[in-house]
Amino acid sequence: MLLAPIVWVLTVVVIYFFAAKVWWFPPPINQHGLAYDAQFMRTLVITGVIFFLAQFALGWVILRYRDDGRHRASYSHGNNKLEALWTTATAVLFIGIVLIGTKIWVAVQLGEPDPHAIPIEILARQFAFAFRYPGPDGKFGATDLKQVNDAAGNPFGLVDSDPAGRDDIVSASLKVPVGKPIKLIMHSRDVIHSFFVRELRLKQDLVPGMEIPLYFQADKIGTYEIPCSELCGLGHFQMRSTMQVMSEADFEKWKQEQAQP
Amino acid sequence: MTHAPKGFIRKYIFSVDHKVIGIQYYFLALFSVLVGISLSLVMRFHVVHPDMKVGWFGSLWPTAAQGGIMTPELYLSLMTMHGTIMVFFVLTTAPQTGFGNYFLPIQIGANDMAFPVLNMLSFWTTFLALVVMISAFFVQGGAPLSGWTAYPPLSGVGLLSGPGEGLGQTLWIVSIAIFCGASLMGAINFIATLIDLRCQGMSMMRLPLTCWTWFVTAILGLLGFAVLLAAGVLLILDRTAGTSFFEPAGLMVSDQILNHKGGSPLLWEHLFWFFGHPEVYIAILPGMGVTSTLLATFARKAVFGYRAMVYAILTIGFLGFLVWGHHMFVSGMSPYSAMAFSVLTMAIGVPSAIKTFNWIGTLWGGKIRFTTAMLFALGFVSLFITGGLSGIFLGQPALDLYFHATYFVVGHFHMIMGVAAIFGIFAATFYWFPKMFGRMMNETLGKIHFYSTFVGVYAIFIPMHYVGIAGNPRRYADFTNFDFLGKLIPVHIFMTHAAYFTAAVQLIFVFNLFWSMKSGKKAPINPWEATTLEWTVPSPPPFDNFAGRQPVVNHGPYEYSVPGAPRDYIMQTDPVEAHAE
Repeated sequence: MLLAPIVWVLTVVVIYFFAAKVWWFPPPINQHGLAYDAQFMRTLVITGVIFFLAQFALGWVILRYRDDGRHRASYSHGNNKLEALWTTATAVLFIGIVLIGTKIWVAVQLGEPDPHAIPIEILARQFAFAFRYPGPDGKFGATDLKQVNDAAGNPFGLVDSDPAGRDDIVSASLKVPVGKPIKLIMHSRDVIHSFFVRELRLKQDLVPGMEIPLYFQADKIGTYEIPCSELCGLGHFQMRSTMQVMSEADFEKWKQEQAQP
Repeated sequence: MTHAPKGFIRKYIFSVDHKVIGIQYYFLALFSVLVGISLSLVMRFHVVHPDMKVGWFGSLWPTAAQGGIMTPELYLSLMTMHGTIMVFFVLTTAPQTGFGNYFLPIQIGANDMAFPVLNMLSFWTTFLALVVMISAFFVQGGAPLSGWTAYPPLSGVGLLSGPGEGLGQTLWIVSIAIFCGASLMGAINFIATLIDLRCQGMSMMRLPLTCWTWFVTAILGLLGFAVLLAAGVLLILDRTAGTSFFEPAGLMVSDQILNHKGGSPLLWEHLFWFFGHPEVYIAILPGMGVTSTLLATFARKAVFGYRAMVYAILTIGFLGFLVWGHHMFVSGMSPYSAMAFSVLTMAIGVPSAIKTFNWIGTLWGGKIRFTTAMLFALGFVSLFITGGLSGIFLGQPALDLYFHATYFVVGHFHMIMGVAAIFGIFAATFYWFPKMFGRMMNETLGKIHFYSTFVGVYAIFIPMHYVGIAGNPRRYADFTNFDFLGKLIPVHIFMTHAAYFTAAVQLIFVFNLFWSMKSGKKAPINPWEATTLEWTVPSPPPFDNFAGRQPVVNHGPYEYSVPGAPRDYIMQTDPVEAHAE
C-alpha cells in the first residue's frame, strides 16, 4: 500500500526533471536539428502522458483494491472489447509516431545527394580522427597503407608520386563553412568508431572496409566537440576532435594557409 | 514410484532431479550476480574518481591498476565482464533454467524433465562456461575490453587492438560457445517436456502463464543460441586460423598492416543481434509469466485476458526475431532496412502494452494482499512501463541518430532487461522459496529490501536518461576529456552513490535467503492459497514430485474468487464440481 504513494512520487520526480531540462540537448545548429527536436518533443509528450497515466493507474489500483477485509474480489476473465480497443490504440499510436519521424530519417539518409556538397574525408583510427580536403584540384590523391605515418602527419598514407594528392589538406579537426552542404566520406583504418556531433543531432559509425557518406549542413558559427561514440579500445574515452563552423571567408583563408607548406 | 538416489554426490552434485538442478542454477546465478554487482561498483567508482589511488585495486590487479590507479583498459574489462556475466549467467539462467527447471515439470504434472541426464549435462556445461569466463580475469592481459557485444575488428585481431584482446578475448568466446551448447540442450529439454509430459487435463490453454513463457523462451533460446554459437566459431577462426569472416581488407592496427580480406564487421553485428535481441526477451519473458501469476494470486482474481496474454507472449516471441536491426541504425547498414526494422520494433511494443493493460486489469476489482512477492511483481510492472517507454525513443531511427550508444540506451536496457527481470527473479524467489526449501522467508526484511531496492534502481537508472539526453556516450572510462561531459559529473556522482546504496541493501536479501533456509517459519503446502499444481505437493516436494500419484487437471490456472465456490480459489486439480458454473 505504501507502494502507491512511492510510485506516484517517483513518477512526478522523473517527469519534473524531463520538464525542467536541467540536463539537456545543446541548441541545434541546422534544420535537421530543429526537426529532430520537434520529433523528440512529440515522442516525449506522448510517452510522458502514457507514463503518467500508467503509473498513476498502477498506484490507484494498488490503493483502491487493497485487501481491507471487507470487499470481495470480482470474478472476471477479461473483456475482449477492451483488448481490441487498447491493442488498436497502441498500434496506431506507436506506428504513427515512428512514421511521422521517418521523414527526418529519409532527409538525412536518403535525400538526393547534393552534387555541390563539399567533400571531406574523415578517417578514424585508435584513438583519433583525421580529416582530408581535396585541395584546389578538387581531387583526393591516392593513398597506400604502407605510406601511413601518424607521427609525420600522414594518417591517410598519401602517396608522394600522385600529383592529385600534393594539394590535399590534412587536418586533425573538422573545419566547415557555415550554411554550405557538406559530404563526409567516412573510413576507418582499424576498428569501428563513430562520428557524433551533438549540435548536428547526427551520429554515424565509421566501419573498416566500408565507405559511408554522410550529408549535412551547419548553419551556426562555433566550435563543437566530436566524441567517438562506438567502443574502440582503451583510449575510447579520450578520442576527441572538434568541428569548427566558420564563415566562408574564414574557411577560404584557412584552406589557403594550409596550402602553404 | 521412482526412488531418490542415495549418496551426497548423486543427490546434490551430479543430480538428475530437475529440482536440485533448478537450485544449482539459482545459486550459480546468485554467485554470478554478486560478481556482476561488484564489478559495476568498481566501475561506478572509477567513472567519478578516475585518478584516485585505492590500495586494494593495486593488489587485485597488479598490472592493470598499478599503484592502485585503475587504467581505462581495466575499466573496459570490468564493463565487458559485468555485461557478459549479467546477461548470460544471471538473466538467462535464474528466470529460465533456475525457476523453470524447478517448476515447469511440477506445474504441468510431470515427474521430471523429459531428459534428466541431458538436464544435468546442461547445468554442468553452464558451470564450465562460467569457470572459463571468470578465468579470463587471470590470464596475461586480463579480461577482454570489447564489451558484451564483442564487435570485430576490435575483438577479432588479437592483442594488437588492446590488452585483454589476446587470450582473454579467446576465453570469452570459448565460454560463450560452451554456454550456447548448454542453452541449446536446456532449450530442447524444456520444449520436449512441455509438449510431451503434460498430465491428464493440462491442455495448452490451462497452462499457467509461467509455463507459456518458459516454453516460448526455450524456443527463442533454441533459435538464438544456435546462431550465436555459429558466429562465435567464426570469430575464433578469424582470430586463430587466419580466416576473414568479419575482418575486411585494408586493416592497419597498431601500425601493423594485416592480411585479412573480404570480411565484414556488419556480418557479426547481424549475427550477434539476431541472437542478442531475442536474448532480451529470454531475460524478460519468464518475469512476465511470474508477474502475471503473482498478480492473480495476490489480487485473488483471474488473470485479465488469459488468451490475450498467451497471444501476446507468442507475438513477442515471433516479432523478437524480426527487430534485431534496431541495434544497428547507425552502423552503416541500408537505411531502407532501418525503416522496416523500426516499424517492426514499434509493433513489438503493442503486445508489450497489452500485457501491461492486462496486468492493471487483473488488479482492477481485486483484493490485494501485499506480500513481498507481490510487491516485487508490482514493482516489475512499474519498471516495465518505465523501461518500455524509453524504447519508443530508441526504436525510431531518426531519434537514434543522437541516442545511439549514449547513456540513454544504458538507462533504457538496465530498466527493462536488467532490473525489471531481476525484480521478476526476486518475486519468484519470495513466492516459491517456501516450496523449494520448506520454510517461509522473512517478510519484514523482505519489505525493507523491496522498498529500498525499488527507490534505489530508479535513482541509479533514471538519471542515465538525463545525461543521455545531454549526449553522454556510454563505455567511457571517465568524463574528463570533454567540456560538455564535465557538467554531467555531478549526476554521475549521484548515480554512483545510488548504486552503492542499492548494492548494500542487497545484503539484506542475501541474509534473508540463507537465514530463512535455516530458521524460517515452517511452510505449509499452500501458503499463498494459490491454484497451480506445485501447491498440491509437500514443501519441498518428494523426489518424483507427486509421490507416485498421477495428477489430473480439471480447471484453468487462475480460478480465484469464483462465485459460489466454498473458498476464494479453486485449485487446478480440484474436482470438476468445485466450479459452480
